[in-house]
Amino acid sequence: MAFALEIKDLKKVYGNGVEALKGVTLEVPEGDFFALLGPNGAGKTTILGISTGLVNKTSGSVKVFGHDIDQEPELAKTFIGLVGQEINFNPFEKIIDVVVNQGGYYGIPRAEAVPRAEMLLRDLGLGDKMQSSGMQLSGGMKRRLMIARALIHKPKFLILDEPTAGVDVELRRGMWDYLKKLTQEGLTILLTTHYLEEAEQLAKHVAIINKGTIIVNDTIDKVLSMHTESGEAKEGYRGSKLEEVFLSLIHENK
Amino acid sequence: MDNYRKWIAFYTMMRKDVMRIFRIWVQTFLPSVITSVLYFLVFGTILGSRIGSMQGVPYMEFVIPGLVMMAIVTNAYANSSFTFFQSKFFARSIDELLVSPMPPWLMIAGFVSGGVIRGVLVGAIVLMVGIFFTGLHLTITNLAVILLFAILTSLVFALAGLVNGVYAKSIDAINIVPTFVLQPLTYLGGIFYSVHSLPHFAQYITYVNPLFYLINGFRYGFLGISDVSLSMAISILLGLIVLLVGINWYLIRTGLGLKQ
Repeated sequence: MAFALEIKDLKKVYGNGVEALKGVTLEVPEGDFFALLGPNGAGKTTILGISTGLVNKTSGSVKVFGHDIDQEPELAKTFIGLVGQEINFNPFEKIIDVVVNQGGYYGIPRAEAVPRAEMLLRDLGLGDKMQSSGMQLSGGMKRRLMIARALIHKPKFLILDEPTAGVDVELRRGMWDYLKKLTQEGLTILLTTHYLEEAEQLAKHVAIINKGTIIVNDTIDKVLSMHTESGEAKEGYRGSKLEEVFLSLIHENK
Repeated sequence: MDNYRKWIAFYTMMRKDVMRIFRIWVQTFLPSVITSVLYFLVFGTILGSRIGSMQGVPYMEFVIPGLVMMAIVTNAYANSSFTFFQSKFFARSIDELLVSPMPPWLMIAGFVSGGVIRGVLVGAIVLMVGIFFTGLHLTITNLAVILLFAILTSLVFALAGLVNGVYAKSIDAINIVPTFVLQPLTYLGGIFYSVHSLPHFAQYITYVNPLFYLINGFRYGFLGISDVSLSMAISILLGLIVLLVGINWYLIRTGLGLKQ
């Protein structure tokens, strides 16, 4: 099986001594929709940061489509599109420029990047905002702009770090449909999210990380099969199946 | 990434910064023009008329190369230090570059290009203002030397500004170097005087100031006079460029001050 992402024994200790990753091994199959779940501070964003070159690892190895990020960093990066957790574009720039310039950083000439950016922005419902500056967009629009920016160079592997945080239900479902369409076209997606019903709806594989260690890594069906109907709902509230499994696993690993 | 794609990436960075420089021209071009007008008025016209000549040329003509060089230095430095710092702290848009396949040297070239262009453009504007104060009289001994020093000096200080921008942890750190290092070096680098008019101990201090060599080399291009040899000035410029490229490459390659 070919893998979009192969992580072996990945460790990260931050400068303040926090051990964010304690030897993570993870494989994301090519063409998969993979959900990486975990509570806040579990190490999800650190994994994504290391894989995309935003964070330095302490030890271990990371390969993107077989290319080691230490040996061939530039080549490995050509495969990845990243939608980060934080809004990270210049709010004074026109949104068409945000996307077109990102294409430029991947070596796409403007003559090619402009129509591609226009198409992406239209597909993501931002067709009438192309000449607006980033600061004029709502939170949901900013998220969609970041998706368009991540797709401008036609990556084979899209990494989404909580892309629907702060996005309303209708828009979120629209984004789900768009992401599903992308996976059907062969794009591999790695998603982190705190909306577990999102992962349940979209993912083929799920990994759960807690305190820097992967505690579950399997297909969504197998993870959901860990759910027991007899489990008592906490304080009268019952979430989705995945949410119940997630909570019980996190509590077991406290 | 083949060479054509690298060129596109470089052009994208340069274009973006040049458009920003022109869009906010009130902040990028105007301050140097106002400052230079004041310098030309005070040091050139008012004090210059009492000083008479320096090294055999009218004082106003003597200070013009130095003031142009000062504008080049401060603008090239400010452009790359602030542009990088802004993209690192205010919008975190530096991530757009860090996730891209651009190698570190290409990012350095992209960031520095805006500083070089701004430095040379502002220098040209200040020169035009200076010519106005000399009654449209300008001596040019060697145009190639003038252009060489203008471009290489912009490059040196754009690279130095980039080091500052990469390292800076706060906006104060961006302002500290220009105020406490660059400004004294510029003033003591021979803009307003010849090193021979200083006492011996002050001459020795001046000789360790890199700006002294750049200003003198630049002045040679205009007036054909210099306190140091041209080859020495060019060697110092090239040495600084190699050193600063190396520091920037190391900082961006390792992610010091950029990545966690």
